[in-house]
Amino acid sequence: MATDIESAVKNIIVEKLGVDESDVTTDASFTNDLGADSLDTVELIMEFEKEFDLTISDEDAENIATVGDAVDYLSEKAA
Amino acid sequence: MSARRVVVTGMGALTPLGLSVDAFWEAALNGTSGAAPIESFDAEKLRTTFACELPDFDAEDYLDAKSARRMDPFCQYALVAADEAVRHAGFDSDEMPQDLKDRIGVIYGSGIGGMQTFYEQTDYFINSGETRVSPFFIPMLIPDIASGQIAIQHGFRGPNHAVVSACATGNHNISDAFRLIKDGTIDGAVCGGTDACVTKLGIAGFASMRALSTRNDDPAHASRPFDKHRDGFVMGEGAGALFLESLEHAQARGATIHAEVLGTGMSADAHHLTAPDPEGGGVKLALNRALETAGMNPEDIDYINAHGTSTPLGDAAETSAIKQVFGDHAYDLNVSSTKSMTGHLLGAAGAIEAIACIQAMKHNVVPPTINFEEADPDCDLNYTFNEPQERELNVVLNNAFGFGGHNTSLVLGAFEG
Repeated sequence: MATDIESAVKNIIVEKLGVDESDVTTDASFTNDLGADSLDTVELIMEFEKEFDLTISDEDAENIATVGDAVDYLSEKAA
Repeated sequence: MSARRVVVTGMGALTPLGLSVDAFWEAALNGTSGAAPIESFDAEKLRTTFACELPDFDAEDYLDAKSARRMDPFCQYALVAADEAVRHAGFDSDEMPQDLKDRIGVIYGSGIGGMQTFYEQTDYFINSGETRVSPFFIPMLIPDIASGQIAIQHGFRGPNHAVVSACATGNHNISDAFRLIKDGTIDGAVCGGTDACVTKLGIAGFASMRALSTRNDDPAHASRPFDKHRDGFVMGEGAGALFLESLEHAQARGATIHAEVLGTGMSADAHHLTAPDPEGGGVKLALNRALETAGMNPEDIDYINAHGTSTPLGDAAETSAIKQVFGDHAYDLNVSSTKSMTGHLLGAAGAIEAIACIQAMKHNVVPPTINFEEADPDCDLNYTFNEPQERELNVVLNNAFGFGGHNTSLVLGAFEG
Protein backbone atom coordinates (compact mmCIF):
# COMPACT_ATOMS: atom_id res chain seq x y z
CA MET A 1 0.00 0.00 0.00
CA ALA A 2 2.76 2.41 0.97
CA THR A 3 4.41 1.88 -2.40
CA ASP A 4 1.19 2.63 -4.24
CA ILE A 5 0.77 5.85 -2.28
CA GLU A 6 4.40 6.77 -2.83
CA SER A 7 4.21 6.28 -6.56
CA ALA A 8 0.91 8.19 -6.82
CA VAL A 9 2.42 11.09 -4.84
CA LYS A 10 5.51 11.13 -7.03
CA ASN A 11 3.44 11.08 -10.22
CA ILE A 12 1.48 14.10 -9.07
CA ILE A 13 4.67 15.98 -8.20
CA VAL A 14 6.33 15.15 -11.51
CA GLU A 15 3.27 16.29 -13.44
CA LYS A 16 2.46 19.43 -11.52
CA LEU A 17 5.98 20.73 -10.92
CA GLY A 18 7.41 19.60 -14.24
CA VAL A 19 10.43 17.95 -12.60
CA ASP A 20 12.34 14.75 -13.37
CA GLU A 21 11.22 11.69 -11.47
CA SER A 22 14.80 11.13 -10.32
CA ASP A 23 14.72 14.44 -8.42
CA VAL A 24 11.61 13.43 -6.47
CA THR A 25 13.45 11.81 -3.55
CA THR A 26 12.02 11.27 -0.08
CA ASP A 27 13.98 14.18 1.40
CA ALA A 28 13.30 16.60 -1.47
CA SER A 29 11.63 19.83 -0.33
CA PHE A 30 8.89 21.15 -2.62
CA THR A 31 10.08 24.74 -2.36
CA ASN A 32 13.85 24.39 -1.82
CA ASP A 33 14.61 21.47 -4.13
CA LEU A 34 11.76 21.14 -6.62
CA GLY A 35 11.16 24.80 -7.51
CA ALA A 36 7.61 25.07 -6.17
CA ASP A 37 6.24 28.50 -5.30
CA SER A 38 3.36 29.25 -2.93
CA LEU A 39 0.72 28.62 -5.61
CA ASP A 40 2.33 25.34 -6.65
CA THR A 41 2.24 24.04 -3.09
CA VAL A 42 -1.45 24.89 -2.79
CA GLU A 43 -2.09 23.07 -6.05
CA LEU A 44 -0.13 20.01 -4.87
CA ILE A 45 -2.16 19.78 -1.68
CA MET A 46 -5.37 20.02 -3.69
CA GLU A 47 -4.22 17.28 -6.05
CA PHE A 48 -3.42 15.04 -3.07
CA GLU A 49 -6.91 15.71 -1.71
CA LYS A 50 -8.44 14.79 -5.04
CA GLU A 51 -6.33 11.69 -5.62
CA PHE A 52 -6.88 10.27 -2.13
CA ASP A 53 -10.40 11.64 -1.62
CA LEU A 54 -9.74 13.40 1.65
CA THR A 55 -9.49 16.91 3.07
CA ILE A 56 -6.17 18.29 4.29
CA SER A 57 -6.53 21.16 6.76
CA ASP A 58 -4.37 24.26 6.34
CA GLU A 59 -2.60 23.40 9.61
CA ASP A 60 -1.70 19.93 8.34
CA ALA A 61 -0.71 21.31 4.94
CA GLU A 62 1.84 23.63 6.54
CA ASN A 63 3.70 20.58 7.87
CA ILE A 64 3.91 18.88 4.46
CA ALA A 65 7.13 20.32 3.09
CA THR A 66 8.88 17.33 1.55
CA VAL A 67 8.00 14.33 -0.58
CA GLY A 68 8.46 12.13 2.48
CA ASP A 69 6.14 14.32 4.57
CA ALA A 70 3.42 13.91 1.95
CA VAL A 71 3.86 10.14 1.67
CA ASP A 72 3.83 9.69 5.47
CA TYR A 73 0.80 11.91 5.95
CA LEU A 74 -1.20 10.33 3.17
CA SER A 75 -0.22 6.77 4.19
CA GLU A 76 -1.60 7.46 7.65
CA LYS A 77 -4.77 9.26 6.55
CA ALA A 78 -5.61 7.05 3.59
CA ALA A 79 -4.99 3.81 5.45
CA MET B 1 11.81 66.85 -21.19
CA SER B 2 10.79 67.94 -24.69
CA ALA B 3 8.74 65.56 -26.80
CA ARG B 4 10.82 62.85 -28.40
CA ARG B 5 10.28 60.98 -31.64
CA VAL B 6 9.20 57.36 -31.25
CA VAL B 7 10.16 54.59 -33.67
CA VAL B 8 9.37 50.91 -34.20
CA THR B 9 12.44 48.68 -33.97
CA GLY B 10 10.84 45.27 -33.47
CA MET B 11 7.70 43.33 -34.44
CA GLY B 12 6.20 39.99 -33.45
CA ALA B 13 3.07 38.31 -34.78
CA LEU B 14 1.23 35.11 -34.03
CA THR B 15 -1.71 34.94 -36.44
CA PRO B 16 -4.08 32.51 -38.16
CA LEU B 17 -2.08 33.20 -41.34
CA GLY B 18 1.25 32.23 -39.82
CA LEU B 19 3.23 32.18 -36.59
CA SER B 20 5.71 34.99 -37.35
CA VAL B 21 5.71 38.43 -38.96
CA ASP B 22 7.21 37.07 -42.17
CA ALA B 23 4.75 34.19 -42.45
CA PHE B 24 1.82 36.51 -41.72
CA TRP B 25 2.89 39.09 -44.29
CA GLU B 26 3.58 36.59 -47.07
CA ALA B 27 0.15 35.00 -46.60
CA ALA B 28 -1.55 38.41 -46.45
CA LEU B 29 -0.04 39.49 -49.77
CA ASN B 30 -1.20 36.21 -51.28
CA GLY B 31 -4.77 36.91 -50.18
CA THR B 32 -4.97 33.81 -47.99
CA SER B 33 -8.02 33.16 -45.82
CA GLY B 34 -7.31 31.83 -42.33
CA ALA B 35 -10.89 30.66 -41.79
CA ALA B 36 -11.91 27.00 -41.51
CA PRO B 37 -14.24 24.78 -39.50
CA ILE B 38 -13.22 24.88 -35.83
CA GLU B 39 -10.87 22.03 -34.93
CA SER B 40 -10.07 22.69 -31.27
CA PHE B 41 -13.52 21.72 -29.96
CA ASP B 42 -16.84 20.35 -31.17
CA ALA B 43 -18.69 23.39 -32.52
CA GLU B 44 -21.49 21.49 -34.22
CA LYS B 45 -24.29 22.88 -32.05
CA LEU B 46 -23.18 26.51 -32.19
CA ARG B 47 -24.71 29.09 -34.52
CA THR B 48 -21.25 29.63 -36.02
CA THR B 49 -19.04 26.61 -36.52
CA PHE B 50 -15.88 28.14 -38.01
CA ALA B 51 -13.14 30.58 -37.06
CA CYS B 52 -9.57 31.61 -37.82
CA GLU B 53 -7.50 29.41 -35.49
CA LEU B 54 -3.72 29.43 -35.17
CA PRO B 55 -2.22 26.79 -37.45
CA ASP B 56 -0.23 24.10 -35.60
CA PHE B 57 0.50 26.13 -32.49
CA ASP B 58 2.02 24.16 -29.61
CA ALA B 59 2.92 26.30 -26.59
CA GLU B 60 5.63 23.81 -25.61
CA ASP B 61 7.54 24.70 -28.78
CA TYR B 62 8.17 28.05 -27.06
CA LEU B 63 7.70 27.58 -23.30
CA ASP B 64 8.59 24.85 -20.82
CA ALA B 65 5.68 22.59 -19.92
CA LYS B 66 5.24 23.94 -16.42
CA SER B 67 5.17 27.59 -17.51
CA ALA B 68 2.79 26.82 -20.36
CA ARG B 69 0.40 25.00 -18.02
CA ARG B 70 0.19 28.07 -15.77
CA MET B 71 -0.97 30.32 -18.61
CA ASP B 72 -4.19 30.64 -20.50
CA PRO B 73 -3.59 30.53 -24.27
CA PHE B 74 -4.05 34.32 -24.53
CA CYS B 75 -1.00 34.75 -22.32
CA GLN B 76 1.04 32.09 -24.14
CA TYR B 77 0.37 33.89 -27.42
CA ALA B 78 1.46 37.21 -25.91
CA LEU B 79 4.77 35.80 -24.69
CA VAL B 80 5.57 34.30 -28.09
CA ALA B 81 4.78 37.50 -30.02
CA ALA B 82 6.63 39.68 -27.49
CA ASP B 83 9.68 37.46 -27.67
CA GLU B 84 9.77 37.75 -31.45
CA ALA B 85 9.51 41.55 -31.19
CA VAL B 86 12.31 41.79 -28.63
CA ARG B 87 14.61 39.58 -30.71
CA HIS B 88 13.64 41.43 -33.89
CA ALA B 89 14.68 44.66 -32.18
CA GLY B 90 18.11 43.10 -31.78
CA PHE B 91 17.91 42.47 -28.05
CA ASP B 92 18.76 39.39 -26.05
CA SER B 93 17.21 40.18 -22.69
CA ASP B 94 19.66 37.82 -20.93
CA GLU B 95 22.51 40.06 -22.07
CA MET B 96 20.91 43.46 -21.38
CA PRO B 97 22.12 45.43 -18.33
CA GLN B 98 19.44 45.87 -15.66
CA ASP B 99 19.60 49.68 -15.74
CA LEU B 100 18.59 49.52 -19.41
CA LYS B 101 15.82 47.02 -18.67
CA ASP B 102 14.55 49.28 -15.89
CA ARG B 103 13.72 51.91 -18.54
CA ILE B 104 11.76 49.53 -20.75
CA GLY B 105 8.04 49.20 -20.10
CA VAL B 106 5.49 46.60 -21.08
CA ILE B 107 2.15 48.06 -22.11
CA TYR B 108 0.23 45.07 -23.33
CA GLY B 109 -3.43 44.13 -23.12
CA SER B 110 -6.13 41.64 -23.93
CA GLY B 111 -9.72 42.42 -24.79
CA ILE B 112 -11.14 39.41 -22.98
CA GLY B 113 -8.49 37.65 -20.86
CA GLY B 114 -8.60 33.97 -19.92
CA MET B 115 -11.97 32.94 -21.35
CA GLN B 116 -11.15 29.21 -21.52
CA THR B 117 -9.67 29.26 -18.01
CA PHE B 118 -12.81 30.94 -16.71
CA TYR B 119 -14.97 28.30 -18.40
CA GLU B 120 -12.97 25.33 -17.07
CA GLN B 121 -12.67 26.62 -13.52
CA THR B 122 -16.34 27.59 -13.33
CA ASP B 123 -17.23 24.09 -14.43
CA TYR B 124 -14.91 22.72 -11.76
CA PHE B 125 -16.37 25.05 -9.14
CA ILE B 126 -19.93 23.98 -9.89
CA ASN B 127 -19.35 20.27 -10.41
CA SER B 128 -16.44 19.41 -8.10
CA GLY B 129 -16.93 21.79 -5.22
CA GLU B 130 -16.18 25.27 -4.01
CA THR B 131 -12.77 24.36 -2.59
CA ARG B 132 -11.51 22.76 -5.81
CA VAL B 133 -10.79 25.92 -7.80
CA SER B 134 -7.17 26.06 -8.98
CA PRO B 135 -4.83 28.48 -7.20
CA PHE B 136 -3.80 29.51 -10.71
CA PHE B 137 -7.36 30.41 -11.71
CA ILE B 138 -7.13 34.14 -10.98
CA PRO B 139 -3.58 34.72 -12.29
CA MET B 140 -4.50 32.83 -15.48
CA LEU B 141 -7.75 34.77 -15.93
CA ILE B 142 -6.83 38.42 -15.49
CA PRO B 143 -6.16 40.30 -18.77
CA ASP B 144 -3.15 42.16 -17.32
CA ILE B 145 -1.22 38.95 -16.60
CA ALA B 146 0.26 39.00 -20.12
CA SER B 147 2.08 42.28 -19.48
CA GLY B 148 3.23 40.88 -16.14
CA GLN B 149 4.50 37.64 -17.68
CA ILE B 150 6.34 39.46 -20.48
CA ALA B 151 8.13 41.57 -17.86
CA ILE B 152 9.00 38.49 -15.81
CA GLN B 153 10.40 36.71 -18.86
CA HIS B 154 12.60 39.61 -19.95
CA GLY B 155 13.25 41.48 -16.70
CA PHE B 156 11.76 44.74 -18.01
CA ARG B 157 10.97 46.91 -14.97
CA GLY B 158 9.53 50.05 -16.57
CA PRO B 159 5.82 50.92 -16.32
CA ASN B 160 3.69 47.83 -16.74
CA HIS B 161 -0.03 47.80 -17.41
CA ALA B 162 -2.76 46.60 -19.72
CA VAL B 163 -5.36 48.77 -21.35
CA VAL B 164 -8.56 46.78 -21.84
CA SER B 165 -10.86 48.20 -24.51
CA ALA B 166 -12.26 45.20 -26.38
CA CYS B 167 -11.23 45.33 -30.04
CA ALA B 168 -9.43 48.67 -29.63
CA THR B 169 -7.06 47.12 -27.07
CA GLY B 170 -4.05 46.67 -29.38
CA ASN B 171 -4.10 50.27 -30.57
CA HIS B 172 -4.70 51.67 -27.09
CA ASN B 173 -1.69 49.84 -25.66
CA ILE B 174 0.53 51.01 -28.53
CA SER B 175 -0.78 54.54 -27.93
CA ASP B 176 0.05 54.46 -24.22
CA ALA B 177 3.55 53.13 -24.89
CA PHE B 178 4.07 55.80 -27.56
CA ARG B 179 3.12 58.56 -25.12
CA LEU B 180 5.29 57.23 -22.29
CA ILE B 181 8.31 57.16 -24.59
CA LYS B 182 7.47 60.48 -26.21
CA ASP B 183 7.33 62.27 -22.86
CA GLY B 184 10.58 60.73 -21.67
CA THR B 185 9.19 58.44 -18.95
CA ILE B 186 10.85 55.43 -20.57
CA ASP B 187 13.24 54.72 -23.44
CA GLY B 188 11.48 51.68 -24.88
CA ALA B 189 8.47 49.41 -24.53
CA VAL B 190 6.96 46.16 -25.64
CA CYS B 191 3.35 46.91 -26.55
CA GLY B 192 0.38 45.35 -28.30
CA GLY B 193 -2.44 42.96 -27.61
CA THR B 194 -3.55 39.36 -27.54
CA ASP B 195 -6.72 37.26 -27.39
CA ALA B 196 -7.68 33.60 -27.43
CA CYS B 197 -11.42 33.61 -27.82
CA VAL B 198 -11.92 30.70 -30.19
CA THR B 199 -13.47 28.73 -27.33
CA LYS B 200 -16.90 27.17 -27.08
CA LEU B 201 -18.16 29.82 -24.66
CA GLY B 202 -16.51 32.64 -26.60
CA ILE B 203 -18.03 31.67 -29.93
CA ALA B 204 -21.40 31.04 -28.26
CA GLY B 205 -21.35 34.50 -26.68
CA PHE B 206 -20.40 36.47 -29.77
CA ALA B 207 -22.79 34.35 -31.86
CA SER B 208 -25.66 35.18 -29.51
CA MET B 209 -25.05 38.86 -30.18
CA ARG B 210 -25.44 38.08 -33.89
CA ALA B 211 -21.97 39.59 -34.31
CA LEU B 212 -20.51 36.56 -36.11
CA SER B 213 -20.91 35.45 -39.71
CA THR B 214 -22.98 32.29 -40.05
CA ARG B 215 -21.67 31.36 -43.49
CA ASN B 216 -20.94 27.90 -42.06
CA ASP B 217 -20.93 26.18 -45.45
CA ASP B 218 -18.20 28.45 -46.83
CA PRO B 219 -15.85 29.72 -44.08
CA ALA B 220 -13.08 30.94 -46.40
CA HIS B 221 -15.43 33.48 -47.98
CA ALA B 222 -17.22 34.56 -44.79
CA SER B 223 -15.02 37.51 -43.80
CA ARG B 224 -15.84 39.98 -46.59
CA PRO B 225 -15.50 43.53 -45.28
CA PHE B 226 -17.29 46.19 -47.36
CA ASP B 227 -18.90 43.58 -49.64
CA LYS B 228 -22.68 43.83 -50.01
CA HIS B 229 -23.26 40.34 -48.61
CA ARG B 230 -21.15 40.61 -45.44
CA ASP B 231 -23.00 39.11 -42.48
CA GLY B 232 -20.75 39.50 -39.45
CA PHE B 233 -17.18 39.01 -38.36
CA VAL B 234 -15.14 35.82 -38.19
CA MET B 235 -13.45 35.14 -34.86
CA GLY B 236 -9.68 34.97 -34.95
CA GLU B 237 -7.03 34.42 -32.29
CA GLY B 238 -3.42 35.36 -31.77
CA ALA B 239 -1.17 38.17 -30.63
CA GLY B 240 0.81 41.08 -31.98
CA ALA B 241 3.70 42.97 -30.39
CA LEU B 242 5.76 46.01 -31.28
CA PHE B 243 9.02 47.12 -29.73
CA LEU B 244 8.97 50.93 -29.58
CA GLU B 245 11.95 53.11 -28.73
CA SER B 246 12.82 56.75 -28.62
CA LEU B 247 14.57 57.72 -31.83
CA GLU B 248 17.71 58.76 -29.98
CA HIS B 249 17.87 55.46 -28.10
CA ALA B 250 17.43 53.45 -31.30
CA GLN B 251 20.03 55.47 -33.18
CA ALA B 252 22.54 55.35 -30.32
CA ARG B 253 22.60 51.56 -30.51
CA GLY B 254 22.43 51.44 -34.32
CA ALA B 255 19.09 49.67 -34.41
CA THR B 256 17.19 49.05 -37.64
CA ILE B 257 14.21 51.41 -37.71
CA HIS B 258 11.09 49.99 -39.39
CA ALA B 259 8.70 52.92 -39.00
CA GLU B 260 7.84 55.94 -36.88
CA VAL B 261 4.80 56.35 -34.66
CA LEU B 262 3.54 59.82 -35.50
CA GLY B 263 0.34 60.26 -33.54
CA THR B 264 -2.68 58.75 -31.92
CA GLY B 265 -6.32 59.75 -31.72
CA MET B 266 -8.76 58.35 -29.16
CA SER B 267 -12.43 58.99 -28.53
CA ALA B 268 -15.74 57.45 -27.46
CA ASP B 269 -18.95 57.01 -29.39
CA ALA B 270 -21.04 57.63 -26.26
CA HIS B 271 -23.82 55.98 -28.21
CA HIS B 272 -24.52 52.26 -27.59
CA LEU B 273 -23.08 49.14 -25.92
CA THR B 274 -22.08 47.44 -29.15
CA ALA B 275 -23.57 49.19 -32.18
CA PRO B 276 -21.46 51.88 -33.85
CA ASP B 277 -22.75 55.43 -34.11
CA PRO B 278 -24.19 55.38 -37.66
CA GLU B 279 -23.10 58.99 -38.14
CA GLY B 280 -19.54 57.98 -37.24
CA GLY B 281 -19.28 60.88 -34.81
CA GLY B 282 -16.84 59.28 -32.39
CA VAL B 283 -14.70 57.76 -35.15
CA LYS B 284 -14.51 61.17 -36.82
CA LEU B 285 -13.16 62.66 -33.58
CA ALA B 286 -10.54 59.91 -33.28
CA LEU B 287 -9.40 60.39 -36.89
CA ASN B 288 -9.15 64.18 -36.52
CA ARG B 289 -7.27 63.87 -33.23
CA ALA B 290 -4.87 61.36 -34.77
CA LEU B 291 -4.09 63.73 -37.66
CA GLU B 292 -3.71 66.64 -35.26
CA THR B 293 -1.26 64.90 -32.90
CA ALA B 294 0.74 63.69 -35.91
CA GLY B 295 0.79 67.18 -37.44
CA MET B 296 -0.66 65.80 -40.67
CA ASN B 297 -3.31 66.98 -43.11
CA PRO B 298 -5.89 64.52 -44.45
CA GLU B 299 -4.15 64.64 -47.86
CA ASP B 300 -0.96 63.25 -46.27
CA ILE B 301 -2.54 59.85 -45.55
CA ASP B 302 -1.83 57.23 -48.23
CA TYR B 303 -3.52 54.18 -46.72
CA ILE B 304 -5.97 53.32 -43.96
CA ASN B 305 -5.95 49.84 -42.48
CA ALA B 306 -9.64 49.86 -41.57
CA HIS B 307 -11.20 48.32 -38.54
CA GLY B 308 -13.47 46.74 -41.21
CA THR B 309 -14.75 43.72 -39.33
CA SER B 310 -17.27 42.63 -42.01
CA THR B 311 -20.36 43.58 -39.99
CA PRO B 312 -23.17 45.31 -41.91
CA LEU B 313 -23.32 48.38 -39.64
CA GLY B 314 -19.66 48.74 -38.71
CA ASP B 315 -18.18 48.87 -42.20
CA ALA B 316 -20.74 51.43 -43.38
CA ALA B 317 -20.24 53.66 -40.33
CA GLU B 318 -16.45 53.56 -40.70
CA THR B 319 -16.76 54.43 -44.38
CA SER B 320 -18.99 57.37 -43.52
CA ALA B 321 -16.52 58.68 -40.93
CA ILE B 322 -13.59 58.38 -43.37
CA LYS B 323 -15.52 60.34 -46.01
CA GLN B 324 -16.44 63.08 -43.52
CA VAL B 325 -12.83 63.56 -42.40
CA PHE B 326 -10.99 63.07 -45.69
CA GLY B 327 -13.43 64.63 -48.16
CA ASP B 328 -12.41 64.06 -51.78
CA HIS B 329 -9.12 62.55 -50.65
CA ALA B 330 -11.12 59.64 -49.20
CA TYR B 331 -11.41 58.34 -52.78
CA ASP B 332 -7.70 58.79 -53.51
CA LEU B 333 -6.28 56.91 -50.58
CA ASN B 334 -6.28 53.13 -50.29
CA VAL B 335 -8.35 51.43 -47.63
CA SER B 336 -8.18 47.73 -46.81
CA SER B 337 -9.21 45.30 -44.10
CA THR B 338 -6.74 42.52 -43.40
CA LYS B 339 -9.49 41.00 -41.22
CA SER B 340 -10.81 39.59 -44.49
CA MET B 341 -7.89 37.15 -44.16
CA THR B 342 -6.99 36.93 -40.45
CA GLY B 343 -10.49 37.15 -39.04
CA HIS B 344 -11.02 39.44 -36.10
CA LEU B 345 -8.32 38.99 -33.45
CA LEU B 346 -10.19 41.20 -30.93
CA GLY B 347 -7.56 42.66 -28.55
CA ALA B 348 -4.75 41.62 -30.88
CA ALA B 349 -6.33 43.21 -33.96
CA GLY B 350 -4.87 46.70 -33.57
CA ALA B 351 -1.38 45.32 -33.02
CA ILE B 352 -1.48 42.87 -35.94
CA GLU B 353 -2.86 45.57 -38.20
CA ALA B 354 -0.20 48.07 -37.09
CA ILE B 355 2.31 45.45 -38.24
CA ALA B 356 0.44 45.15 -41.55
CA CYS B 357 0.71 48.94 -41.91
CA ILE B 358 4.45 48.93 -41.21
CA GLN B 359 5.09 46.05 -43.62
CA ALA B 360 2.98 47.83 -46.23
CA MET B 361 5.17 50.96 -45.95
CA LYS B 362 8.40 48.97 -45.99
CA HIS B 363 7.39 47.21 -49.19
CA ASN B 364 5.21 49.96 -50.71
CA VAL B 365 2.31 47.61 -51.26
CA VAL B 366 -1.21 47.68 -49.80
CA PRO B 367 -2.47 44.29 -48.57
CA PRO B 368 -5.88 43.38 -50.05
CA THR B 369 -9.42 43.08 -48.74
CA ILE B 370 -10.29 39.64 -50.04
CA ASN B 371 -13.67 38.04 -50.82
CA PHE B 372 -15.20 41.01 -52.62
CA GLU B 373 -18.00 40.05 -55.00
CA GLU B 374 -20.66 42.74 -55.07
CA ALA B 375 -20.52 46.46 -54.30
CA ASP B 376 -22.47 47.98 -51.43
CA PRO B 377 -23.64 51.52 -52.27
CA ASP B 378 -22.83 52.56 -48.68
CA CYS B 379 -19.22 51.41 -49.12
CA ASP B 380 -17.82 53.23 -52.15
CA LEU B 381 -14.12 53.82 -51.36
CA ASN B 382 -11.06 52.12 -52.84
CA TYR B 383 -10.86 49.10 -50.54
CA THR B 384 -8.04 47.36 -52.43
CA PHE B 385 -10.36 44.47 -53.24
CA ASN B 386 -8.99 40.99 -53.85
CA GLU B 387 -5.45 41.92 -55.02
CA PRO B 388 -2.65 43.83 -53.30
CA GLN B 389 -1.85 47.19 -54.83
CA GLU B 390 1.61 48.69 -55.23
CA ARG B 391 1.76 52.27 -54.07
CA GLU B 392 4.33 54.54 -52.46
CA LEU B 393 3.30 54.67 -48.82
CA ASN B 394 4.69 57.35 -46.52
CA VAL B 395 2.01 57.96 -43.91
CA VAL B 396 -0.69 55.47 -43.00
CA LEU B 397 -3.44 55.17 -40.46
CA ASN B 398 -4.60 52.20 -38.41
CA ASN B 399 -8.17 52.12 -37.07
CA ALA B 400 -9.41 49.96 -34.21
CA PHE B 401 -12.77 50.28 -32.48
CA GLY B 402 -14.19 48.30 -29.58
CA PHE B 403 -17.49 47.31 -27.99
CA GLY B 404 -18.25 50.04 -25.50
CA GLY B 405 -17.71 52.65 -28.19
CA HIS B 406 -13.91 52.91 -27.84
CA ASN B 407 -12.29 54.44 -30.95
CA THR B 408 -8.58 54.58 -31.71
CA SER B 409 -6.66 55.70 -34.74
CA LEU B 410 -2.91 55.43 -34.96
CA VAL B 411 -0.74 57.35 -37.44
CA LEU B 412 2.40 55.56 -38.60
CA GLY B 413 5.03 56.90 -40.96
CA ALA B 414 7.87 55.51 -43.04
CA PHE B 415 11.00 56.51 -41.17
CA GLU B 416 12.90 59.41 -42.56
CA GLY B 417 15.96 60.44 -40.56
